[in-house]
Amino acid sequence: MSSNIFDFATLTGSIHTWLSGMMSSGWVIFTEMVLVGLVFLLMYALVGLFLVYLERKVCAIMQNRVGPNRVGKWGLLQTIADLIKLLMKELIPIRKSDPLLFNLAPFIVIICSFLAMAALPYAKGLQAIDFNIGVFYVMAVSSLSVVGILLAGWSSNSKYSLIGAMRSGAQIVSYELSVGLSLLAIVVFSGSMQLSTIIESQANGWWIFKGHIPAFISFIIFLVASTAEINRGPFDLAEAESELTAGFHTEYSGIKFAFFFLAEYMNMFIVAALGATVFLGGWMPFHIGNWEGFNQIMDYIPSVVWFFGKTFFLILIIMWFKWTFPRLRIDQLLTLEWKYLLPISLFNIVLIAFIVLMGWHF
Amino acid sequence: MSEEIIKDVIVGEQEDYIINMGPQHPSTHGVLRLEVCLKGETVKYLIPHVGYIHRGIEKMCEANTYQQIIHLTDRMDYLSAHMNNEAVCMVVENAMQVKVPERVKYIRTILNELNRLASHQLWWCAFGMDLGALTSFFYGLRDREMILDIFEESFGSRLLHSFNTPGGLMHDVHPNFQNRIKEFIKYFRKKLPEYDQLLTGNVIFQNRAIGIGLMSKETAIGYGVTGPSGRGSGFSCDVRKIAPYGAYDKVQFNEILATEGDVFARYKVRMAEMWESMNILEQLVDNIPEGDFTAKMKPIIKLPAGEYFQRVETARGELAVYVVSDGNKSPYRMKFRTPNFSNLFVMNEISAGCKIADLIAISGSLDLVIPDIDR
Repeated sequence: MSSNIFDFATLTGSIHTWLSGMMSSGWVIFTEMVLVGLVFLLMYALVGLFLVYLERKVCAIMQNRVGPNRVGKWGLLQTIADLIKLLMKELIPIRKSDPLLFNLAPFIVIICSFLAMAALPYAKGLQAIDFNIGVFYVMAVSSLSVVGILLAGWSSNSKYSLIGAMRSGAQIVSYELSVGLSLLAIVVFSGSMQLSTIIESQANGWWIFKGHIPAFISFIIFLVASTAEINRGPFDLAEAESELTAGFHTEYSGIKFAFFFLAEYMNMFIVAALGATVFLGGWMPFHIGNWEGFNQIMDYIPSVVWFFGKTFFLILIIMWFKWTFPRLRIDQLLTLEWKYLLPISLFNIVLIAFIVLMGWHF
Repeated sequence: MSEEIIKDVIVGEQEDYIINMGPQHPSTHGVLRLEVCLKGETVKYLIPHVGYIHRGIEKMCEANTYQQIIHLTDRMDYLSAHMNNEAVCMVVENAMQVKVPERVKYIRTILNELNRLASHQLWWCAFGMDLGALTSFFYGLRDREMILDIFEESFGSRLLHSFNTPGGLMHDVHPNFQNRIKEFIKYFRKKLPEYDQLLTGNVIFQNRAIGIGLMSKETAIGYGVTGPSGRGSGFSCDVRKIAPYGAYDKVQFNEILATEGDVFARYKVRMAEMWESMNILEQLVDNIPEGDFTAKMKPIIKLPAGEYFQRVETARGELAVYVVSDGNKSPYRMKFRTPNFSNLFVMNEISAGCKIADLIAISGSLDLVIPDIDR
């Protein structure tokens, strides 16, 4: 198979054999864990910084502006300059706040998004842990971040923050259901929660094409609900800057604010990556039935390009939402979830179960 | 009403959740402080606190000549600077019974409408931003820039013009003036439908605006809410129609009225007023008569002793100027009835029971300019 040269399993395997030749198996595992951790830290920072830059450029294009263009070529170093500024800023202690929770909250938020990154398959053979409950795991750890947001709002001793945190709690807990149900649709189709198996099952076509209309409905619901789950516009009620100044992170400054900021962007990446993996075939190339030539050409595009291409496509859609729509009100937000999205997803699940039972999908 | 509010505060329950919206808050558009009492997310009542940007303009007027007063009025409603100037100029001209050349009247009316357009554009930007649609801000500012360029070319300043003097204008307009206005109208006729595409038809926007902040016609009249905010409740209060001044009696235009009285009605009125302003401009721009740009005035203006009154329609409502003169070169007392002051205090009445997010929409739809409230 020609795409073998892009299989990261050969690379990681050779590193493993090389390390095994030098030390005992316990040390090999330890070294590999450190290496993987370092790679993830680096990637987390790089992708986060790039996403901030991308968002600023995308919104600039949508708003007839130029965007960052002074630091580095095309302003590429702008976010790094901003990061340095945030690192050097004073951490302002808040009077009558709860210092332990106040300092803990940004770490909870950032750790949750960091944990979710571990289970994502970035390319063929490039996945830190392939859980047999991968989808469930990513959902579980990413929804933990609401704890951090609630703590941040509660411990800040600020009324705006508290309102923001309460909004965020109501919002994330509600939309979690729709995200879960829409992912469940594909779990039913592929018969597995393991992300690698879900990707394998899309070798001859992505689920969004194979799963008839119900899969498409699931995809739309997933996009809407996950946008709400990561607190992005038009669902950015938790930090609605025109109402609550900055919501739950009003009182944070410096690097602690940067943690919230980075975690928000990384959550966007995780949600888009999960959507790309589950609905759009992850690193699987685009294949059409038995067009052998076409399929072969598609195979020549490395799997990592496929994965990041699909992910950034979804990220651009989410950004497009934010810069186009006005913000919803809190009661409208909950109405949308409980009266529309949730019943539709429940009905959709039943429909999909029926389709799978009858064997109507491809 | 105010006594009731005060009693509420004193009796106010211990568990009332009171937040101070402002004086530093992104959507009060200035240094306004709203003391909002919440129950959950629902607003129980609110008390506006004004005075953070009080500069004592009325008192300063008493120590200045009429030519100098013009420059102070710019700083009240800075987005309707030209209308404010014109109000003072007209009160002086009427008091001294000066006949202003026709050319001046036409140019002043054109500038009025340009200023109204610029103001409504900025309102549209800010209103979209209040509701979370950040892109609208840049669309509006892009088009407003063209008007500001026209201003800059003719009188050197973009926001605070002070282009009027009692009796006429500071100097004649730039030769490009008419061409650039025609260019702008041609351009903006194409761009204004974009505003509708971006915001007006949006489902989320309509849900946020329709049925929110209901203001009945009685409330509007009772509180003296004028301008587009009052007209959104069906209160016919356009001074340009009721008591035409300048060249408004020579043009055909409609007074825009809506009867719903909600945020969306006020929005629609302003959007329609932009079209109407362009109609007025088109009728005037080619017909500016030749002549002097100012009437002959004495270098020191002394109003005959007495009381004088003049009102104009600014972009936000009715601005009335009341002067008491004792025959000196500065007024004995000068009073401005500014539209925003009345428009602000209706907020408590129309926002009770709504959500915090609606409060922002309501204050946005009233189009408040805080320096105009405090003066």
